[in-house]
Amino acid sequence: MSNAAVFTSEFSRVFRFFLQELKPRGKWLTPFNVISIPIIIVGLVILYFRFVYGLGSVTNLNQEFPWGLWIGFDVVTGVAFAGGSYVVTFVVYVMRNDKYHSIVRVTVLNGLMAYVFYAGALVLDLGRPWHIVNPIIGNSFGYNSVLFLVSWHFLLYMIAMFVEFSPVIAEWAKLEKVRKFLSALTLGAVIFGITLSILHQSGLGALFLMAKPKIHPLWYSEFIPILFFVSSIYAGLAMIIFEGTISHKVFKDLIGDGNHKRNEEIVLGLAKGAAITMFVYYFFQALLFVHEQRWNLIHDFWGYWYLVEIIGFVLIPCCMFAYAVRNRNLGLIKVASVMALLGIILNRLNVSVIAFRWYAADHYYPSWQEIVVTLMVISVEIWVLRWIITRMPVLSKH
Amino acid sequence: MDRRQFFRTSATVGAAIGAAVLPIKKAKAEATKENKEFIGVLVDTTRCIGCRSCEVACSVTHDNYVPDVKNDNALEKIHDTSDKQWTIVNRFKTEKGDVFVKRQCMHCWQPACGAACLVNAMYKTKEGPVTWDGDKCMGCRFCMISCPFDIPKAEYHSWNPRIMKCNMCYERLKEGKKPACVEACPTDALMFGPKRELMEVARHRVYSHPDKYVRHIYGEHEVGGTGWLYLSAVPFNQIGFRTDLGTTPYPEYTKQFLVSVPLILFGVPALLLGLNELTDRKNKLSESSEWTKPGEEHE
Repeated sequence: MSNAAVFTSEFSRVFRFFLQELKPRGKWLTPFNVISIPIIIVGLVILYFRFVYGLGSVTNLNQEFPWGLWIGFDVVTGVAFAGGSYVVTFVVYVMRNDKYHSIVRVTVLNGLMAYVFYAGALVLDLGRPWHIVNPIIGNSFGYNSVLFLVSWHFLLYMIAMFVEFSPVIAEWAKLEKVRKFLSALTLGAVIFGITLSILHQSGLGALFLMAKPKIHPLWYSEFIPILFFVSSIYAGLAMIIFEGTISHKVFKDLIGDGNHKRNEEIVLGLAKGAAITMFVYYFFQALLFVHEQRWNLIHDFWGYWYLVEIIGFVLIPCCMFAYAVRNRNLGLIKVASVMALLGIILNRLNVSVIAFRWYAADHYYPSWQEIVVTLMVISVEIWVLRWIITRMPVLSKH
Repeated sequence: MDRRQFFRTSATVGAAIGAAVLPIKKAKAEATKENKEFIGVLVDTTRCIGCRSCEVACSVTHDNYVPDVKNDNALEKIHDTSDKQWTIVNRFKTEKGDVFVKRQCMHCWQPACGAACLVNAMYKTKEGPVTWDGDKCMGCRFCMISCPFDIPKAEYHSWNPRIMKCNMCYERLKEGKKPACVEACPTDALMFGPKRELMEVARHRVYSHPDKYVRHIYGEHEVGGTGWLYLSAVPFNQIGFRTDLGTTPYPEYTKQFLVSVPLILFGVPALLLGLNELTDRKNKLSESSEWTKPGEEHE
């Protein structure tokens, strides 16, 4: 057979395989499907109104609050949650730490999905989304813009993560040569991806630097980019613990019941990392508190709200992580990671929405349509994630 | 260093260069100097009588909503420019009686909206007006987040929203005309010209009538200087201006971050490649050995 014939037959095999894999498996009436299908349908109807009658027809956005839940939660918070991907690939591929190798695929997949769906949710918020390619191919490069940098890095990082994940797809499609070739690209993609992550995680914070007069001084500082970057590390770690807990329940038959010990060690290691980075983050916040003389600002509602975030959802989960690692208390680690994640949501929403224009008489709050669309984005992401996990070799044998 | 390692290294470095070319180009663009003078408008609030002819002229020129000046009682409460009106007049009750203040885009020397825009849709022209280009704009509204004066307004109830703001009648300026509002003003409260000349006039008025004006020309230094300048009889915070915006041009706030980008783009890959070399080779991972395929048996 000639090369072309081999290629064609291979291609049609993969194509047929793909079509076959598209078919749903397992039971339809799972609790998740029952909840998520109506959400997706209602979300699609809302999106119809959004694209025909404008953002104002379904959102509470106005001239004073141009960015709401879709940016503040979906994009700014969602990307922080996806930080686990660059942290784990750093540990596994750059530092060659074998211990976390078994979670690297699922973490990269989670990161990739989070970027595709949460950063992708940006399209829903753009007034003129059909111009989204302008900063990429247009003759109109806004080099001076932080958002220009962030959008480029989103795109490049998604490609890098796709390259990192691509050997799994090749393995699934039984393309051994392709898999070998793609595996050779991994280290390059990982190093490039980590660099891009450092830049756009901090870049998301840098977006708010020019909003200086509009953000409450307790949340504004010139160091927002660094705070965003450092907190994305523990946000990612906490997310891996959280997602791991869920997938160990949901995909029990894929993971197997063997070797609890190894999984325990991984969770303890991640929790230790989270405790240390959270403490660094807390220490930095404390320095800022002193340096910018913030004690003058903590005697009103916003001051208490700030303390809730910094003490209640940074310092306390940080101590819980540390205590739990010492006593090998996995239950407490799970609680701490949920609290750390809530702290990230609080922080990102405070900067982008809640403490933004804290002085406004009519403060923005999300409409029910914005919340449904956000839930829809999350539901669709889980659907795709589930499809991939139940078909491709993502979860490790224990 | 073996061949494969070399390719890996060069691929990473190449990709990093690719992403870093952009900031380098930017530095070049900044080096070209403009010798044209920026133009602007001087607003003397002591001369404004609140007739709102400027509002009508503006809306007629730009096909926006034309207010019914006689009957709409818009002066009764403080309001803002909107996606329907690029300029509005407010009335403030002060110790020196009613003061009327026209608001519109300030046309900053270094506009935050322009620095925010990732597609150069919001753009400061060589002549001075900050303009908006609908063919480039993707509607991210980052300009609205960044503008210290909250001037850009989005059309939230359109499938194809525009960002609405004063463009200092850029299309009229190109024909050699003055902005429509300046031409419509019956009391010479608005004066059009290069900022240097406007500053001379403004200073002259303040110095020759120290009892009539406060010694502050709003826009001289605010946010690094603006194209529109204001004179007032009362302190500016009493007539709706924010006086806490500082004198730093807003793009400066992100400069530090943008400058550090090339450093990280090159420094971090170098560091990571170095770290990777230093780690123990014996730990080399086998990529395909331990993964479970769904449906397969596992022990």
